[in-house]
Amino acid sequence: MSALRNYVDKIKPTFSKGGKLGFLESTFDAFETFLFVPNTTTSHGVHIRDCNDMKRTMSVVIFALLPALFFGFYNTGYQHFLSQGVTPEFGASLWFGFLAVLPLIVVSYVVGLGIEFMFAQLRGHEVNEGFLVTGLLIPMIMPVDVPLWMVALGTAFAVVFGKEVFGGTGMNIINPALMARAFVFFAYTPSMSGAKVWIAGMTSGQGVIDGFSGATALENLAKDGTLGFSPMDAFLGFIPGSIGETSTLAILIGAAILLFTGIASWRTMISVFVGGLAMGYVFELTGVTTYPAWWHLIIGGFAFGAVFMATDPVTSAQTNKGKYIVGFMTGAIAIMIRVVNPAYPEGMMLSILFMNMLAPLIDYFVVEANISRRKKRVKLAK
Amino acid sequence: MSKMEKEPLFSAKNLKYLTGPFSKNNPVIVQILGICSALAVTVQLKPAIVMALSVMVVTAFSNLVMSCLRNGIPARIRIIVQLVVIAALVIVVDQILKAFVYEVSKQLSVYVGLIITNCIVMGRVEAFALANKPWPAFLDGIGNGFGYGLILVIVAFFRELLGSGTLFGLRIIPESWYLAEGGFYSNCGLMLFPPMALIIVGCIIWVHRSYNKDLQEK
Repeated sequence: MSALRNYVDKIKPTFSKGGKLGFLESTFDAFETFLFVPNTTTSHGVHIRDCNDMKRTMSVVIFALLPALFFGFYNTGYQHFLSQGVTPEFGASLWFGFLAVLPLIVVSYVVGLGIEFMFAQLRGHEVNEGFLVTGLLIPMIMPVDVPLWMVALGTAFAVVFGKEVFGGTGMNIINPALMARAFVFFAYTPSMSGAKVWIAGMTSGQGVIDGFSGATALENLAKDGTLGFSPMDAFLGFIPGSIGETSTLAILIGAAILLFTGIASWRTMISVFVGGLAMGYVFELTGVTTYPAWWHLIIGGFAFGAVFMATDPVTSAQTNKGKYIVGFMTGAIAIMIRVVNPAYPEGMMLSILFMNMLAPLIDYFVVEANISRRKKRVKLAK
Repeated sequence: MSKMEKEPLFSAKNLKYLTGPFSKNNPVIVQILGICSALAVTVQLKPAIVMALSVMVVTAFSNLVMSCLRNGIPARIRIIVQLVVIAALVIVVDQILKAFVYEVSKQLSVYVGLIITNCIVMGRVEAFALANKPWPAFLDGIGNGFGYGLILVIVAFFRELLGSGTLFGLRIIPESWYLAEGGFYSNCGLMLFPPMALIIVGCIIWVHRSYNKDLQEK
């Protein structure tokens, strides 16, 4: 370890201001702080700081994403072999899925980080680590058969227009990963929806055995009110869908990690599920839908969105009351879009983006309400 | 007014009225006027150009007419007079479009009529024509109409090329590239929606401001 430290210290002057490669200062700083905890001290304000800085926070989120990611690898292979009529074996499925998903991850990271480094360099500030998570989230919410250049374009759009124009990590109004998905979804709708894109190789015309349908549970639900799979399969994740979203179980493991380490807000997370369930029951009891409301929670991107997207500390509400409201509304609107709007079988992306936009407003009213309540108390005391 | 000298038609001052709105004082990207029609008619190049020409004619002649009338109108009723003049001009333009380029006029539909409400027209009449002589006012109208048209054409160029793969209706991106034909390419459907036009306008402003540092807000 000390050898590495010495090496970093040795090459540091080259990359500092005035050094030979001084223009790469931000890039160097990014790698140095990635390797070692920065030993900078605060110059003003609060001096006691948690050692858990943003890089460690992001690492925990990545760690929490891993179960869903690995299951995504496995399921990609599993669904592919199923469509070919081959018995899916565990090792082969995992390896096939890994090879199919890896290009998406690489493209997302290379494009996103490339733009982040460029902006950091141009503006002369240090590279933010926010993209570490975004870059993994983007491939996980894409269908496996989406062309790579679309992923690249979506990522670039999200990083530039979702984040950098607002001032970089921590300043964005809406979730960049979802923005990438929204861009690709609306720009290249045929490559992002339908019954073919969810199975690796199905769009490029590889033969599929008779009777196999690549339709997701959500599409079945919108069409005739059936899942097309057993609820247990849907919970465990053996259904077609975006890469990381299928297994509710794997996502719940990630949720447990996030909640245990205190990184995600349990208030948001719980209220998204409550909101979704409540709205589902409203539709079930009024007879609009004929299937049990809890089905909504185990299919599509609901769980993934609730755990990893809605809880984004930057774009979600900041106040505790605001978190309950935003979470509840996110869940409720997602189910409303699913059931009421036939054009969008999935509503989680749209509802999270919509509530991202309203979150600052809700926060504002929560704070204002608190102020006026305390003012009243002062008046009463007088 | 006694010792008024004859000013040449294209003096440096007059030229500035004409060319100022092309870039430094552009109505769309600096004054942020006329955004709504810039979003609505820029899906394809041809209607965008026709729209740009129409607006140019209307701004130029409304400026000219109002500048001629400026000393005869009581200030209290000037808005209604402006509206009459602008509305008359817009109807003339609308009828000409219907007579000679019917297809395009159908594409533009209500937006030709809505030139009346285009903030650039009213804005220039209020801000410039009522305080200046007819010739500079006419030049200012041409300049602002052109500046508006310039942005329209740039936006429409990107939207038509990326959204439909064509320019002026002619195919630029070969059919064989498309996913449906076994290729790899796909049109960007988002370009056909107005939000993308707003983002392109935003990009133009971004580029423009980074070249003109004096325009950057603090």
